[in-house]
Amino acid sequence: MSGIIGKKVGMTSIFSAEGKNVPCTVLEAGPCVITQVKTVEKDGYAAYQLAFGDKKEKNTTQSMLGHFKKAGSSPKRKLKEFETFEAEYNLGDTVTVEIFSEGDFVDVQGVTKGKGFQGVVKRHGFSGVGGQTHGQHNRLRAPGSLGASSFPSRVFKGMRMAGRTGGVNRKAQNLEVLKVFPEQNLLVVKGSVPGPKGSFVIVEK
Amino acid sequence: MNLVKFVEESAVERRDHPKFKAGDTVSVHYKIKEGNKERIQVFQGIVIQRRGAGVTETFTVRKISNGIGVERIFPVHSPSIDHVDRNTIGVVRRARIFYLRAAKGKAARVKTKRK
Repeated sequence: MSGIIGKKVGMTSIFSAEGKNVPCTVLEAGPCVITQVKTVEKDGYAAYQLAFGDKKEKNTTQSMLGHFKKAGSSPKRKLKEFETFEAEYNLGDTVTVEIFSEGDFVDVQGVTKGKGFQGVVKRHGFSGVGGQTHGQHNRLRAPGSLGASSFPSRVFKGMRMAGRTGGVNRKAQNLEVLKVFPEQNLLVVKGSVPGPKGSFVIVEK
Repeated sequence: MNLVKFVEESAVERRDHPKFKAGDTVSVHYKIKEGNKERIQVFQGIVIQRRGAGVTETFTVRKISNGIGVERIFPVHSPSIDHVDRNTIGVVRRARIFYLRAAKGKAARVKTKRK
């Protein structure tokens, strides 16, 4: 599975060949530098380590500076390993958005927007109480019963309750690539992608 | 440069329609595909709003069909629009004339500019 690291730019809509209005997300994908080539003999498994996003030298530790120096690259913010790549690369090569073409289907992984402490209606899609009348003065969005009484005399594990919502890794699968702009390093995929604008995403083919 | 704008400008071809605003009566000639045949349907009514900016701008057309109000939203730059005719120029005081939905009879008319 080849892939690339990118950044979410924002959403818009474009027209398909049939004239349909298609929602899409613009991603700034790459160029990524190969900062390490892992081999079975040395590391026990084969993988390419890709780096993306510039970082100030003063904010980089000495050990990481040496790691980037080996690949002849400037310090980068985001590193990610990809185990199987279609093409062969050497240390210091760049991977660009050109590995994707229009019509491909990709998976996009990112960290969803953090929503803080949320109730069960938003967090798990509970439907709430329903009406506003018939004595419901303060429990419109309440979870209701947590289970039976004397048997089992406890709340089952995994019972869906209120709590921290969002801010977790999620993958949007099978998004169609609508456009590729190699000069601007832009990738346009159909539909939405997890995370806020400006957040790092991993695009896999 | 704004990268979303760049994608919009390079992926969508802008259409050149005659100028029209809320209150105007327009006929939208819309291409409809049935199997592999294509025909043109005309939707004539009063523009009640133009919404959004750039290539994602849309406009809403309202007409009364068999006594029932029908509204249809068209993207301004949609390639499915064959062309738009402006039939009359309306005189209205606001950009979004939603009051037409509640108005009945004589009140549901829009004053037109004489040519």
